[in-house]
Amino acid sequence: MAWTRDEMAARAASELRDGFYVNLGIGIPTLVANYIPAGMHVTLQSENGMLGMGPFPHEGEEDADLINAGKQTITELDSSSYFSSADSFAMIRGGHIALSILGGMQVSEKGDLANWMVPGKVVKGMGGAMDLVAGVKRVVVVMDHVEKSGAPKLLKACTLPLTGAGVVDLLITDLGVFEVGRGKSPLKLTALASGVTLDEIKAKTEAEFEVGL
Amino acid sequence: MAGKTQKDAAEALAGVLFDGMTIMAGGFGLCGIPENLIAAIRETGVKNLTVVSNNCGIDGFGLGVLLESGQIKKMISSYVGENKLFEKLYLSGELELEFNPQGTLAERIRAGGAGIPAFFTKTGVGTLVAEGKETREFDGELYVMERGLTADLAIVKAHTGDAEGNLVYRKTARNFNPMMATAGKVTIAEIEHLVPVGSLDKDNIHTPGIYVDRIFQGANFEKRIERVTTRPKETQMGEEKASA
Repeated sequence: MAWTRDEMAARAASELRDGFYVNLGIGIPTLVANYIPAGMHVTLQSENGMLGMGPFPHEGEEDADLINAGKQTITELDSSSYFSSADSFAMIRGGHIALSILGGMQVSEKGDLANWMVPGKVVKGMGGAMDLVAGVKRVVVVMDHVEKSGAPKLLKACTLPLTGAGVVDLLITDLGVFEVGRGKSPLKLTALASGVTLDEIKAKTEAEFEVGL
Repeated sequence: MAGKTQKDAAEALAGVLFDGMTIMAGGFGLCGIPENLIAAIRETGVKNLTVVSNNCGIDGFGLGVLLESGQIKKMISSYVGENKLFEKLYLSGELELEFNPQGTLAERIRAGGAGIPAFFTKTGVGTLVAEGKETREFDGELYVMERGLTADLAIVKAHTGDAEGNLVYRKTARNFNPMMATAGKVTIAEIEHLVPVGSLDKDNIHTPGIYVDRIFQGANFEKRIERVTTRPKETQMGEEKASA
């Protein structure tokens, strides 16, 4: 049995440490906020200009001036602060954010990440992803292990346009966890999802990897 | 000295617009957008615009209305995923598009307004974004040169302002507005509340009036929400209800 989206988010939450300033991407990474361990103080940054993101509002309490980077309505905390996009990316680019958890389309054994466009098909844009992978101290990618077609997404080299080269520290998929180490050390499988065999994960991975379970 | 305060968006735009101009428009998604000015620009029919904005609104609202009317020739943005018409016009070659990483876009505008013609950033090194641009090594790391960015006109939205052009933004509606206010040859601010000079807290003015040429209180603000997301009482989990 592969991990569910929530199980992947819970695994990613184990990367959090007390006192961390963290940026969570759209999709599964957003769910990580639900798995912050009790008693741990983590401050969530939203790159549109906020530190200290609170939970989604109750119905009827939505504020059009208060959204996250996924354009969802959110709330503020007593500890929150607001700032411009230039200040926000000074925090990101300047290395002041400890951890970024992002979604991915492809990851390579060299630590490259592609998650912003499919030429001729998907035209969305990179948003803040290129700045995050360039500036944040530790980059964790959470994604399905293969495409809907079954094609592998953990590759020797990405075929899609890159978001960043040699930027991924850790990869969490629905099948397991890999230390990527920004491509500076060999790719290493460090955990398997419950019920997933080594043979299965090898069959679904193009990249070369070591096994360190 | 002529006053900065204008009656409405149409009056504020008088004599400013011309075909082929570059316009910066504040906002992130639909949050903090100058919606009265966008509607008034549509009415004028000015065309062949290059628009600098993080996003391009949605179908039928925000900058999306200028796409529908065919007034935009080129967008400089970081993310346009909410807009189906945008994707269609781009893929068919009817619209030019320059993608900038969001932080690079913000810094290009900040630099442009501050008289800095170029800067080096790590963002985008080794990607399509760096192609054709100068790169340079500093302290063992590779950086790419990005240019400062200015515009013929900046249209920004603030919550409160006064006749001097001093502006205060509210919550995450601040986003790109403060930098854009500095980077327009002409900057027009539309605000929700025009207050008497002297009533703003001088220590907490986000954009000092020197950057603002014209200011007006918007007639009505729809302030549409793109993704209303709420949680049931007593739980943490968010549930998306509907898209705008």
